[in-house]
Amino acid sequence: MAAPKFDVPKLTGFIDVPSVKEGASAHIKSFPASDVIQEGIGFPGPLPDGWHDIAIAKMGDLLSRYRSLQVFMDACVHCGACTDKCHYFIGTADPKNMPVARQELMRSVYRRHFTFAGKYFPSLVGAKDLTEETLQDWYSYYYQCSECRRCSVYCPYGIDTAEVTMAGREILDAVGIGQKYTNEIIGKMHKIGNNLGLPGPALADTLEGLEEDILDATGVPVKLPLDMEGAEIMLVTPSADFFAEPHVESLIGYAKVFHAAGISWTLSSKASEAGNFGLFIGSYENMQRGAMRIRDAALDLGVKRIVVGECGHAWRVAYSFWNTLTGVGHGGEDPFARQLQQQLDPKYPAPQHICEFTYDLIQQGKLKFDKSLNDHRTITFHDSCNVARGSRMSDMPGGQFVIPREIIKAVANNFYDMQAETIHEATFCCGGGGGLLTDDLMELRVKGALPRMEAFNNVVKDKQVNFLALICAICKSQFSKVIPYYGFDMSMVGGVHQLVATAILLEAPEETEQESEAEESEA
Amino acid sequence: MSFLTVLFAGLFYAATAIFVVGLTLKIRTYARTPAPLKIPTTPAPTTKSGVVLRMTREVVLFESLFKSNKWIWMFGYLFHGALLLVTLRHLRYFTEPVWAPIEMIQPFGMYAGFAMVAGLGGLWARRFLVDRVRYISTPSDHLILMLLIAIGLSGLGMTFVAHTDIVAVKAFILGLMVFDLQPLPADPVLLVHLTLVALLMIIFPISKLLHAPGIFFSPTRNQTDDSRDRRHISPWAAKLESDAQTKSNA
Repeated sequence: MAAPKFDVPKLTGFIDVPSVKEGASAHIKSFPASDVIQEGIGFPGPLPDGWHDIAIAKMGDLLSRYRSLQVFMDACVHCGACTDKCHYFIGTADPKNMPVARQELMRSVYRRHFTFAGKYFPSLVGAKDLTEETLQDWYSYYYQCSECRRCSVYCPYGIDTAEVTMAGREILDAVGIGQKYTNEIIGKMHKIGNNLGLPGPALADTLEGLEEDILDATGVPVKLPLDMEGAEIMLVTPSADFFAEPHVESLIGYAKVFHAAGISWTLSSKASEAGNFGLFIGSYENMQRGAMRIRDAALDLGVKRIVVGECGHAWRVAYSFWNTLTGVGHGGEDPFARQLQQQLDPKYPAPQHICEFTYDLIQQGKLKFDKSLNDHRTITFHDSCNVARGSRMSDMPGGQFVIPREIIKAVANNFYDMQAETIHEATFCCGGGGGLLTDDLMELRVKGALPRMEAFNNVVKDKQVNFLALICAICKSQFSKVIPYYGFDMSMVGGVHQLVATAILLEAPEETEQESEAEESEA
Repeated sequence: MSFLTVLFAGLFYAATAIFVVGLTLKIRTYARTPAPLKIPTTPAPTTKSGVVLRMTREVVLFESLFKSNKWIWMFGYLFHGALLLVTLRHLRYFTEPVWAPIEMIQPFGMYAGFAMVAGLGGLWARRFLVDRVRYISTPSDHLILMLLIAIGLSGLGMTFVAHTDIVAVKAFILGLMVFDLQPLPADPVLLVHLTLVALLMIIFPISKLLHAPGIFFSPTRNQTDDSRDRRHISPWAAKLESDAQTKSNA
């Protein structure tokens, strides 16, 4: 690891709220998108003629289409409840990383152009004109927000800075100021089908290689089928699961669970990405386009269930938005949604999280584990922000907190939670979510991980924890890269299904006759 | 009829009109603006009655604020609770005979004025003492606090220091309500109090006081967490969908 060009925060054992240091992170800016990237997903090049009016018109458009934005622009009273809640503020001390100040970047322009007080008494209410400088400020600080929604839990009016950040990014995109990392990935998702730009044949190769690896390691022919028509389940997972470490260990875990349960399943080369970066830039159209690939793949393959792999924002989009965007879900009465509902099995939630799937099987006693195989690990669990605050698992409120922990406890003996104010809906973002998982933002990512690292360090010290279990591809990439800055080894990071993969007992090959019969009768 | 009486009658009619019309327009905007996606924040209820309960806890107990910051909660709760009592107490000037429950809270309502000012003082102190809150405070934040404190102090002055001719004030207000103007006493403290209250009503629909209606429309708090069981779709999104289908069928 090259020496960082910034000071890595020291771990103190406490999550301290820093004193305000103006401009402390003003220099942190991610690379902007090129014209080619922008045009590829329907945005103009930088600052087209009349950009000011375009931006204001876009803001007006968003205000009329999103009640969240309209109410949030008006309702804030500057009480300060959110000021110490953002991990980026805690890590950088830059006051513009306080949620209220981040919102204020937009609110000041909203006031100037859309309110009586701001039109006639701008300085009184802090209203400001939209200038190029303002746009640059927006670009810096709307790309220093991971849209984790922690502030929204604590706001007395439920103001969700993620909604404001998304609107800010949408307005920026409308005047051609986009972020390279996110917008390039959205383009790849549309064009090739996944964020990594991994084409179908390469994917097939990768999966074949994994099957061989599993066979070598266990002696069991666990399959990772691709584009298998008529399979019961289609698994949609973040493309990082196909070859990034430690992500791939979880993919092996899912495959073993499907194998042990004897349920036919398939991956899809068309829907080879669960992630949907359209969410990050607040673009309904791009988000819907991404989600449509999954609907189309489900219709093509004729699957009855859709299961989503370990990915935080993907699960938010899947759980909270798929039904709206594409009709993957229940209760739709329009022809569009009905078409899919006729195919999907109503006995199961659509979509279903891989943790819900595995947990159900554990409850039914269909999976066997040797927990001692995980005895070399002492585990803690990091709640991913989008799962914790933007979605749910199972029918019970809070199921997204219970289920992953219950899975871990079913497959391992040593589990400890981190301190209460950093888990469940109070969880801190890993520091790399929301389109910030790019090397040009490394300083921000390291600093933003500070509160999580404090809490992690405490359980490492007190409970000898050596494994940080995750259910998000971004969390996995972010922590692998960032925890070495805090003196931990990157092998401490892994997925929940990686733990499942370690402990699960698969039937020996000679006992698989029954299974192959079952497969034949299904085919 | 004195000029003063006509002036204040006019002021209150205008303030009431601005308050009612302004607020109605704002609420209409909130109600008509669609919420295209399900974005409730955890812990989100899964049923409508759960949402009613959650909203009630937010409005009555300031639940999220309590989780967030005990100081702001304490001062904020003190202020809002006291303001409620004080406002209810003031209903005695709008009703004849005075309703029994309003009679009952009279003694509490009188002393609640002190609690109200104390709560406001605490909130104001934070704007100077906490660097984060100092950073985000705008002139209007200070002015609204000043306005509320001035309303509280002028009211307390008339209750505990120099009584005004409250019988005449009540006659004036009752008269206002039936468009039958009665003389308003020319007591300076009273006039200050009334002017500031009218000002508060006027700025209500154009200021951050909109947090009061706003919270009821906040999607993170008023939505049910049932996105997998019920399809939620806004009119503009449905149109996007049907347009796309017509195109693909063509």
